[in-house]
Amino acid sequence: MGFDQYHEPPDELPPQTRTFARMCASLTEEAEAIGWYEQRLAVEPDPQARAVMRDAQGEEFKHFSMDLEYLLRRTPVWREIAQGILFQEGDIVEHGEAAEAEAGEEHEGESGPSFGSGPTGDGTLGIGSLRGAGL
Amino acid sequence: MSHLLRKHAPITDAAWREIDTEARERLAPALAGRKLVDFAGPLGWEYSATNLGRVAAVDGEPVAGVQANQRRVLPLVELRAPFSVSRAELRDLDRGAEDLDLDELDAATQRIAVAENLAVFHGLASAGIQGIAEASDHPPISLGDGDFDRYPTHAARAVEMLLSVGIEGPYGLALGPECYTGVIETTERGGYPLLDHLRKIIGGPLVWAPGLGGAVVVSERGGDFLFESGQDLAVGYDSHDADVVNFYLEESFSFRVATPEAAVALVRP
Repeated sequence: MGFDQYHEPPDELPPQTRTFARMCASLTEEAEAIGWYEQRLAVEPDPQARAVMRDAQGEEFKHFSMDLEYLLRRTPVWREIAQGILFQEGDIVEHGEAAEAEAGEEHEGESGPSFGSGPTGDGTLGIGSLRGAGL
Repeated sequence: MSHLLRKHAPITDAAWREIDTEARERLAPALAGRKLVDFAGPLGWEYSATNLGRVAAVDGEPVAGVQANQRRVLPLVELRAPFSVSRAELRDLDRGAEDLDLDELDAATQRIAVAENLAVFHGLASAGIQGIAEASDHPPISLGDGDFDRYPTHAARAVEMLLSVGIEGPYGLALGPECYTGVIETTERGGYPLLDHLRKIIGGPLVWAPGLGGAVVVSERGGDFLFESGQDLAVGYDSHDADVVNFYLEESFSFRVATPEAAVALVRP
């Protein structure tokens, strides 16, 4: 079994970074599956097989979206940029540049994901659940 | 920009990192409730109430032949603990000082942690929150006065009470400061640490719980005690003058006990 999602020695990574890497790998796999189903649907002539594959692709849409939301909740800068791009009318590239510039001002000096930060990425301490901690 | 107005504070990014880190490090050991109960969220500052899934009948009929019910919700509580930091200290931080005076911040973290623990363990009646100890269906067990050698007997009795109503382990044990200190310091006859003995009986975490009077044994199976976070703990900016910057610690949450029989209170005289 491989552990290819890690780019650095896993033993040196904190647990939250390993979780983050696993979810990034999962996001990638869901995107790949969506692309594969799209290709299969493009060439499959059997209507019933196409219906099954369309249903399966819908599952991958859901999985991809859940993975993405998880990652955005833990990465305020990413979330803020995404909010400026996703579900917006107009030029995607323009929105992207504007969102990046605005997030850069807001989060100057920060780097990497801020784990446990609130969904709005507004500076909470990211303490969250401490379940199981104690003697 | 969020309502915390952090961008308006006249401090550097390095100062914000220091304040956030200090707050986080001080809060985490003291937030006992979060170590034992289910935590949902954070759901954001705009989130105002927890859905209880129940309705209350509205008196009368708005129109003949039409009944009206009103949804019942548990409004979130906002906790806020102000503190100040000297601007001279903040300037020293930017020069590389590592022994900053953040006493007011440290005191504020303790106050808000105790307030959160109080709400979880003893409730906040004026806000409609019932705490674990008060909600328990079981008769409280008296701990006696400083008789720490008998704590294993009391803990075993509490576990037996939970098992008798079908509440399986593991369990957790929250200890108020006096109880916690006594447990840590006590060695039973034969030299066996009391802490280890209790851990074997409880099967789950033993937690230091400032704000809790006495102790409480709780089920750790999940689904029994529900903490819902709106905005998780954060540091916000309030105001400043020539000498100090005024900040505050803030959070919003609700807490409810879903299974009153899943906890036993152990009370001190």
